[in-house]
Amino acid sequence: MTPSPSLARNEPPRVFVEKVKGALRIAAIDRQAHNLGLHPGLALTDARARVPNIAAEDMDPAADNAFIDRMADFCDRYTPFIANDHPHGLILDITGCAHLFNGEENLRQDLLTRLKKGGAEAHASIAGTPDTARALARFGGRAIALSDEETMAVTSLPAMAIGTSPETITALARAGLKTIGDVTRQPRQPLAARFGEAFIVQLSRTLGEKDARINARRPVPPYMAEQRFAEPIAHEDDMLATLNALCLQIARLLETRGEGGRRFEATFFRTDGRISRIDVETGRPQREPGVIMRLFRERLAALADPLDSGFGFDLIRLAVIDGDSFIPVQTGLDSTDNDEEEVAALTDRLSTRFGTTAVKRFVAVDTHIPEGAAYAGAALRVKDAAAWEMPVGETVPARPIHLFDPPQPIEALAEVPDGPPLKFRWRRMVHDIARAEGPERIAAEWWRHDGLTRDYYRVEDSAGHRYWVFREGLYGTEAVRPHWFLHGVFA
Amino acid sequence: MQAELIALRKELAALEQQASSDHTSETFSFGFAPADKVLGGGLALGGLHEVFAAQQADLGAATGFITALTLRAAMDTQAIVWVRQSYAGQETGRLYAPGLASLGCDPDRVILVELRDALDVLRAGLEAVRCAALGAVIIEPWGEPKVLDFTASRRLALAAAQSGVTVFLLRPGAVPQHSAAQTRWQVSAGASTPLAAGAPGFPVFDITLLRQRTGTPGQHWHLEWDHEQHIFRQPAGLPPLSRPVVPLPLRRQASAPEQANDPIPIARAQ
Repeated sequence: MTPSPSLARNEPPRVFVEKVKGALRIAAIDRQAHNLGLHPGLALTDARARVPNIAAEDMDPAADNAFIDRMADFCDRYTPFIANDHPHGLILDITGCAHLFNGEENLRQDLLTRLKKGGAEAHASIAGTPDTARALARFGGRAIALSDEETMAVTSLPAMAIGTSPETITALARAGLKTIGDVTRQPRQPLAARFGEAFIVQLSRTLGEKDARINARRPVPPYMAEQRFAEPIAHEDDMLATLNALCLQIARLLETRGEGGRRFEATFFRTDGRISRIDVETGRPQREPGVIMRLFRERLAALADPLDSGFGFDLIRLAVIDGDSFIPVQTGLDSTDNDEEEVAALTDRLSTRFGTTAVKRFVAVDTHIPEGAAYAGAALRVKDAAAWEMPVGETVPARPIHLFDPPQPIEALAEVPDGPPLKFRWRRMVHDIARAEGPERIAAEWWRHDGLTRDYYRVEDSAGHRYWVFREGLYGTEAVRPHWFLHGVFA
Repeated sequence: MQAELIALRKELAALEQQASSDHTSETFSFGFAPADKVLGGGLALGGLHEVFAAQQADLGAATGFITALTLRAAMDTQAIVWVRQSYAGQETGRLYAPGLASLGCDPDRVILVELRDALDVLRAGLEAVRCAALGAVIIEPWGEPKVLDFTASRRLALAAAQSGVTVFLLRPGAVPQHSAAQTRWQVSAGASTPLAAGAPGFPVFDITLLRQRTGTPGQHWHLEWDHEQHIFRQPAGLPPLSRPVVPLPLRRQASAPEQANDPIPIARAQ
């Protein structure tokens, strides 16, 4: 696919250049440049010598990729199963989708018309295997090759369509094998001996004898429901009503398989090809349409830039991205169960409104390094309740309630080099230490090869503030002048 | 027109009273008998309680105190939502789960919501307060954001009264001001009773009751938190201490119900 700039008469031919081994060479050209006999690979100076007035621009692969991505998003309306075919192609698996568009030819026409309207010139072919389709689309073969006519369809294509290395193509050309048909007429054994087994595999794939799997760019959702509109809708109420109807459909689908969804994604396809995706996540598998709708409403209300309907949406799709088994429970008798349910619903709502990463739960990690021993992870992703070490009996809190990460450097004064500090200065304040306990020695994890041993002290200053300070590095062996840090504040 | 307005106002007032009488009549014990007496039986369940740190350095103590009060207010297994402005985390350090555990609060019960914007903090707090299944909600905005005015605190108090969920406002970097809170506290760290070999002991708080809606403010206590029984107690080796540190306002109605059986005579201005 090539984005075609407006072909105004007075516009100069446009080429895109990139630096190859110190020379600027043409990487891509527009149709006008092509008609003038320029081609990719030509040095820019040579091209200028032939056609003085060309407009040269730097190649921008990132922008190309972004464009292809937008195309792929757009193609989501035909099938959820789409793969990127680098550098500038897309493979759509339309198995079971063609009937929605009244047949393959109609689907292909629809796709090409819409792309053309969006300003992209594209070629498309439909065949039984991805490699055959690619060869047909790239080298101008027929539009549709049914599964028994693939071999015939590709025979007239140039050998380059096999999609192997340029060296192999050159070697084939030297042997006088110009088309795929020429190649297939040769016995395979010598070909394999000459060009390797991979070539034979590629050849049989191109001929449609072997199928190849494609990697979908987005995982194909296990559940999907969609609604197409002959007349695009733009009103928010209509959108929400549609979404509600889709939620009901999905709920029924989920119910038949005894599952619930943990992530739902609504995709809005605008008539001009732009699409918007909105997803909501729940902590527990969910299939209650009311609950899902409520989350979607929250999400829509919290959007920084609201859904722009433009000229309207002509397709709305709801998909379950993550499903999980869902066991319906009878509620109403046990109040604690209800409480848990309500708290889970609150977590969902807060996560939807303020972002999944803003709502957290504490996770315990099995390590002695204090800053690694606990972290707060997104509540919706944290699965199991952690077993926290609760104090037993008369034990003074050994860990601070506030922890600085990274630890704050302090200047400390100790009576003896490896003793507890006498006073320290932190944030421009000097703290005289009245009581201290320690050291609690926490060594670095030897299998990580970094960090020094820390000697932790619980200290209390003359005003009653309790701090957790440590000296990094054992005096004499690990550090000449160990540094002091304040790691936390006790209650 | 005027009459209608007055009638409407009356109606609103009646509604509010109805709403606030829903849950606020129930109380939870402070966990220290003399304090309960001063508080008229305890702190209001489904009320709004504000906690200030005397100085920035006392934020650890204030956080510990609020954790302790939360444990008093919430039932044993109920979830606690802690909404925190993320700036607080940068300034005072992150909330450390093992530290919470060491005060007797199971970190598994805590749902931590960290947000950048003060308005979002209040919104999330309000949303949480409306969920009656929670044990308590702690809201910790940083400093004195404009959005947290009297109306905002009133809104929180009303929502709390309706759902019966107690709300604690932790106010790091703020000075006490007029708000709809039922009680207002100021906390600073107190010197602990040393253990053997001069080790720092159990957490001790210097607590001042700055305001309470139904009784005498200005009480001061020096208390140690017992994380095992979830109560406050007098640190060993200190005389019992409960006295007003600020004189009472002149024209206050002398009808505080507990006044008669107050153990310590209160010096009262004429």
